[in-house]
Amino acid sequence: MIEVRNLTKSFGDNLVWSDVSFDIMNNETIAIIGKSGSGKSVLLKHLNALLYPDSGDILIDGQCLFELSYSELRKTRQRFGILFQGGALFDSINTFENIAFPLRYFTDQSETEIEYNVNKALKMVNLDSAGPKPTSALSGGMRKRVGLARAIILKPQYLLYDEPTSGLDPKTSEEINELILQMANSLDITSIVITHDMHSVLRIAEKVAFIDEEKLSWHGSLAEMKVSDHPPLVDFITASEYQI
Amino acid sequence: MDALRQFGQYSLLLYQALRSVTEFSTYRKNLFAEFIKIGYESIPIIMLTGVFTGAVLTLQTAYQLDTDLYPVTIVGSIVGQSIIIELAAVIGGLVLAGKVGARISTELGTMRVSEQIDALESMGFNSVTFLVVPRILAGIFMFPVLYVAATSTGIFGGILAGALDGILPPAEFMQGARAFFFEEDVVFGFVKSVVFGFVITSISCFKGYYAFGGAEGVGNATTQSTVLSCIYILLSDFVLAAILL
Repeated sequence: MIEVRNLTKSFGDNLVWSDVSFDIMNNETIAIIGKSGSGKSVLLKHLNALLYPDSGDILIDGQCLFELSYSELRKTRQRFGILFQGGALFDSINTFENIAFPLRYFTDQSETEIEYNVNKALKMVNLDSAGPKPTSALSGGMRKRVGLARAIILKPQYLLYDEPTSGLDPKTSEEINELILQMANSLDITSIVITHDMHSVLRIAEKVAFIDEEKLSWHGSLAEMKVSDHPPLVDFITASEYQI
Repeated sequence: MDALRQFGQYSLLLYQALRSVTEFSTYRKNLFAEFIKIGYESIPIIMLTGVFTGAVLTLQTAYQLDTDLYPVTIVGSIVGQSIIIELAAVIGGLVLAGKVGARISTELGTMRVSEQIDALESMGFNSVTFLVVPRILAGIFMFPVLYVAATSTGIFGGILAGALDGILPPAEFMQGARAFFFEEDVVFGFVKSVVFGFVITSISCFKGYYAFGGAEGVGNATTQSTVLSCIYILLSDFVLAAILL
């Protein structure tokens, strides 16, 4: 379980958000939504301690993330997988090696086992034959899928998605949504999805947290969101031109 | 204030690198790759720089000492000693600030802005151990090798220019060079090359590692790392000369 407690973050004089608190239960899928520039990705980076808050805490199974020593933090980070917005693939190595990368450094697996696991991960994201391709030859959607394969290769407990469908055509977006659902169901995983794509939210989320005006404006279940009359949330959903 | 903040950030990065230098298994592969990139792949440009530096220095020294007051072997003495003490390390360092420094800051800067460094950290890697330590170590170990290449080709360039221009034959050049050859000058040259290797790689790593703001940010980081490397090479050259000579 992840508990976000009174989190406040600013960059210089620019307040990103203040006093943000919410819980993420195990095995649920939560979508964190909000306008561009509302600090959603900043919040995601706090969940993995890639950024530190000005004040507040994040507790992972009761353990305060920001009080861990660096070596403890590195172990905790391995419980997370992150799909970055652009994939964040290493461009000096090919697709296969990108996915094999964590296995080579953090496990004692033999070359045969690594090959088996990487191919299995590639198959899960429907990219069976992409292994030998250089990452520069991959399309936006393929990069995200390879990023997802790399994120799940160490079997994380939590999977963080940063704008998984942004910049993709509707069909590829739908494929990514399908993959997120598939990962949540087949891997017994807690999914945290940063997005402003309401179609994606309605497809994958069980819970929703809405960031607006530098604070957590609303949070609740998907069913509650659908009937909410909270004006900023209604405005956001209306602005996305999506009919619930 | 910003300079002070940057100095603090730079010191912290070096401290983190120093602390993780024992994690050899993490950066072993990258270290050998950097040996190749920083050392082996810089040999052609360093040899070219050395040959022309030695050749031009010989022609200019002969021009300036065009008198019967000195024996012609003095040209070999001046060229040899200047190359060993100063020019091989400093001119080589300035050239490598462009070639090696720019590559390092661009590479790390691109990794930073495309979230590859965040991806490494999120997997549980210490990105400083993985990216910064091997580059600095490769600089420290490879620059003395490049210094040897620059020195030997510099003297060769001097001999060649002296012979082709009819200033002095190779034997007399070497006779003059040997007459003023001191082992401590070579040690001094090696110390300089180690310091320059550290200066260039650490500044470039720092600028690249903390780059921000997309393509423009990477461009700024690269420019700053090259300019700062050149300034600190000249500054440390002066400090070393004041201390060691």
